[in-house]
Formats: sequence, C-alpha cells, structure tokens
Amino acid sequence: MSTWEPVIGIEVHVELGTASKMFCGCPVVFGDQPNTAVCPTCLGLPGALPVTNGTAIEWLARIGLALHCRIAPFSVFHRKNYFYADVPKNYQISQFDLPVCVDGWLDVTADGEEIRVGIERAHMEEDTGKSLHQGSGGRIHAATSTLLDFNRSGVPLVEIVSRPDLRSAAQARAYAQDLRALVAELGVSDARMEEGSIRFDANVSVRPVSTKELGTKVEIKNMNSFRSLERAIGSEIDRQIGVLEDGGAVIQETRHWDEEVGATKGMRTKEGSSDYRYFTEPDLVPLEMPASTVERIRTDLPELPADRRHRFGQLGLDSHLVNVLSGSDPDLRRVFDEAVALGADPVISANWITGEVTAVFRRAEASKAEVRIRGSDLAELVMMVKQGTLSSSAAKEALSGVMAGEGSPREVAEARDLVQVSDEGLIGAAIDQVLAANAEAIERLRGGEEKVLGFLVGQVMRATGGKADPKLVNALLRQRIT
Amino acid sequence: MPIEIDIAHVARLARLALTPDELDRYRSQLAVILDHAARVQAVDTTGLAPTAHPLGLSNVFRPDEVRPPLDVDEVLSQAPSARDGYFEVPPALEGA
Ligand SMILES: [Zn+2]
Repeated sequence: MSTWEPVIGIEVHVELGTASKMFCGCPVVFGDQPNTAVCPTCLGLPGALPVTNGTAIEWLARIGLALHCRIAPFSVFHRKNYFYADVPKNYQISQFDLPVCVDGWLDVTADGEEIRVGIERAHMEEDTGKSLHQGSGGRIHAATSTLLDFNRSGVPLVEIVSRPDLRSAAQARAYAQDLRALVAELGVSDARMEEGSIRFDANVSVRPVSTKELGTKVEIKNMNSFRSLERAIGSEIDRQIGVLEDGGAVIQETRHWDEEVGATKGMRTKEGSSDYRYFTEPDLVPLEMPASTVERIRTDLPELPADRRHRFGQLGLDSHLVNVLSGSDPDLRRVFDEAVALGADPVISANWITGEVTAVFRRAEASKAEVRIRGSDLAELVMMVKQGTLSSSAAKEALSGVMAGEGSPREVAEARDLVQVSDEGLIGAAIDQVLAANAEAIERLRGGEEKVLGFLVGQVMRATGGKADPKLVNALLRQRIT
Repeated sequence: MPIEIDIAHVARLARLALTPDELDRYRSQLAVILDHAARVQAVDTTGLAPTAHPLGLSNVFRPDEVRPPLDVDEVLSQAPSARDGYFEVPPALEGA
C-alpha cells in the first residue's frame, strides 16, 4: 500500500496534579466516593464564580517551555458551549484563539529515526465530570439512565495539539510515549493512561504519496493504552485506504476504537454539534505572563528526556544502553550521573546500573527494603574491578553488601574477604615457591604441554588462598618460564 | 440591510423548541441585536487593542489551596434524582 501516505496529528489531554481544581478550591482526587469533591463552582450552580488557580497556569507554561513553545505574553479564556450531562454549566472554560503556549516541537525517535513533531498549541481548560451509563453492562446505546460524578469536573486540564507531522502508527505511538515521559518528568501530572490522567485522541487522514493536499480527517477516540493507540491508528489507516481504493470517500467524523473487535466504529453524530460558539469568558480576566516569569519557569525546568538521551549518547553509550538507562529509575540514574562525574567509566557504570544494580533494586523494592548506594560507591566499585582488586564475581557480592547498607565497596570487600591480591611481589613469591616444588611440571610445559600451565596457576591460587588475580598469575608465570 | 438569520439552527444549538410564531418573533428581535452589533463593527478601530475584558484587570489568581468541598448528601438533596451517591439523569448519548 505504498501509494498512500498517512497523515496523523495527536491531541493530548493532561490532568494536572495540582492540590486544588482549576477554578475552585475543591481537591483534585481520583477514585474517591462520587460527588465528595464538589462545590457550587464545579457543579455549575447559578451565581458561582470561577477564580483561576495560578499554579496551574505556571505548570502549563512549564509544559509549553519543555515543548519549546512560545509563551504568549497575553492570553484569555473562552467559553466552549455544548450540551452534555457531564458539563454542568453547559459550557467548558477553555482557550480559543489566544492560548498560553504556541508553536513548539518535540523530537521523537521511532524505528531508529529521529523526527521533529511540531506542536501547534498547548492551552488551559477544565476537565468534565464522569458519566456512567446504567443498564446493559454500561453500554451507551442500551443505557436506561446516566449517573454523574462531578469529582473530576473542573480539574485543571492541559490540551496539547500536535501538527499533522506523524506518518505512521508507530511514529504516533512513539510521540505519545515520549510526551507522556516528558510530562511525568516535569512533575506536573502523574500522567497515568489507565487512570485517564493522560488521554490521547488521533486525527488520521491518508493522501496519495507525494501530494501536498490533506485528505479528509477522522478523529479517533477511546484508546486506553499505547498499544491500542498504535493498533487503532493502523486499523483506521487501512480502513481509509480501503474506502478510497473502492472508489468511495472518507467522511469527516469521530470514530471510537473498539479494542475487542480491533476496528474503529463510527458514532452517531448530530449535524451542528461542533458549533461551539466560542466567546470570551466574562467571569475571568485575561492572563499576562511577563518575560521575567517565563525565564524563571524556564530556568526551573529539569533535564528533559530527549536531552538526557542525547547526553548519554555522547558519553559513548550505544542506543540500546541509552534506552535502558533512560528507562531506569530516576534515583538509579542519579547514581550513574554521580559516578560518571567522579570519573567512573560511563559504559561500565551504565552496565552496572542497568544490570546488577537494577536487579538488586527491584528485589529490594518488592520487599520494601531500603537500598543504599551512592554515586561514590559505584565509582569505587568500577575502579576496584579495573585495578584488579575485585574480580567481577566478587564485585557482584560487594555490590549486594553495599546495597544492603554494609558500607562502601572497599569496606564490604575487606569485611567479606573479597579483595583480590594484585601485588606482583606477593604473587611472584608464591610463584617462585610453586616452581621450586614442581621442576618436572616446568619441563613438561617447556616441552609443549600447555595444559600444565593451568595446573601451575591452580597451585599458585592455592598458595595465595584463592585471592590472587588469576590473569596476573598467568602473565607472571609465563614470564618466568619462557 | 437586513441580516439573514437561521433562527431554527440557533434554537437547536440552544436546545429550544420554538413554535413557528416564536421563530418569527425571535428572528426579528435577534435581527435588531445583530443590526446593533453590525453598527459597532463598522467603527474604525485601527490601532486599538481588542478589549478582552471590561474591567481592565489581569492575572487574578488564587493560591493552589484546598478548601473543604460540600457535603455529598446536601449536594444530592438538590437533585431531582440521585442513586448510589451519583446524580441520575436520563440516558445521554454521545454527540446527541
Ligand atoms: Zn469545586
């Protein structure tokens, strides 16, 4: 089907994790008893007035700056008018032509290729309540009544709209995953797809390859995991190509993804339902964000996932290691950064972090035990292996001691008697002893019986109580015999 | 110049069921309002910033602090119908 090119844009809704709602002081909660976090404002009672949560606006700017957006010095709220039972005011407070964030981008890696996805805008709005359709297992079409919970009504919601820059379902998935990781990194939302605190809708169209004009787009909703997002978009692309190749036309509509059937389904829509009659919200005054505030928020940004991946790459980590380390627990990544700052080899350190350290960490987490490892511990461990003071198996044992709180790698190694002897004088003396007692073996070795070397190494190891560095023993033995 | 108004469409958007008489009456009343708006629109505003709000204020914020919500029983006692802590309304169809 290489004659068609898919064109995909993604709309993301992110619930902010502020303490209170967007326009009232009700707490932001999840999973509480219904209608226990509501007040006249978020119930849309007549006469109640909204007051803007200043923190939510700053967090929106934080998201916008992380997406390289321009932060508008002046923006306003609009009313988006529509009737639905979970919108108690019959309008949603949103933004229209003057959003807070415009014109940004996010770099995404999909199928080993980096693409820059344009961000058209990111704006502030409020979430709706939740509807539960009663009767026939909660299915909308056979519902006998609708139950409403307004705990979610008025929760700060950021909508992020991408440009139609994505060209495959896999790219769309990569964008969604990277955006989720970014939002989580910023600490402005728990960004849990399964709890609906981050939600993705997709706009999909197809056009003949190497044409510029966009095809008719279809909006897809109800994708509850990254996997279903990728499947839904893939299935919708195939459907549209099928329609066009049969000589039909794609209808502009909203379609729901049906996970069980594995296909998108058209929804009953009524003519004119998208006529939202936006007008400026008279109950709220405009927002102004001076450049000094923007700069303060920009300075406060943490290292962003894409920048971090780039930095790991520059440290010499291959793409697999970059991915695994990027996905590691933030505390473990900090240990890695500290160790590297102390001069530890980045690749070896990354292997320790993503391998043994993560394994011990997971076991400890499962048992709720405390894990103690600092960057200086990892640096010392890496150094001791490099110097031959610890064999790699002894290093693993030392690490588990460190992570159990027994002290630094050197302290654990000494206490557990793990230190390897790398002193050439000491090993040399042991070798001389062994050689003096095995004159016959030396003759056989000189006669070409290579396996005798192994026997002699074993004798030296025994003489040193198993603590000599075997590599060094080998080298010194050869030196003396040949 | 009279302004064309699709009064039935406007009524549908507002979920108003109007009789033919009412449609006629509101069409002519709305025309007066739109006519006034057209006159305002005709004023030359070159060089003037649009007014977003008549108060001339900006950045009225409240701190991100929780205030106690209402009691759920009191809330639901105002509703025509409630069930299991929820408001209960006639079945709603997406997009209907
Ligand atoms: Zn409230």
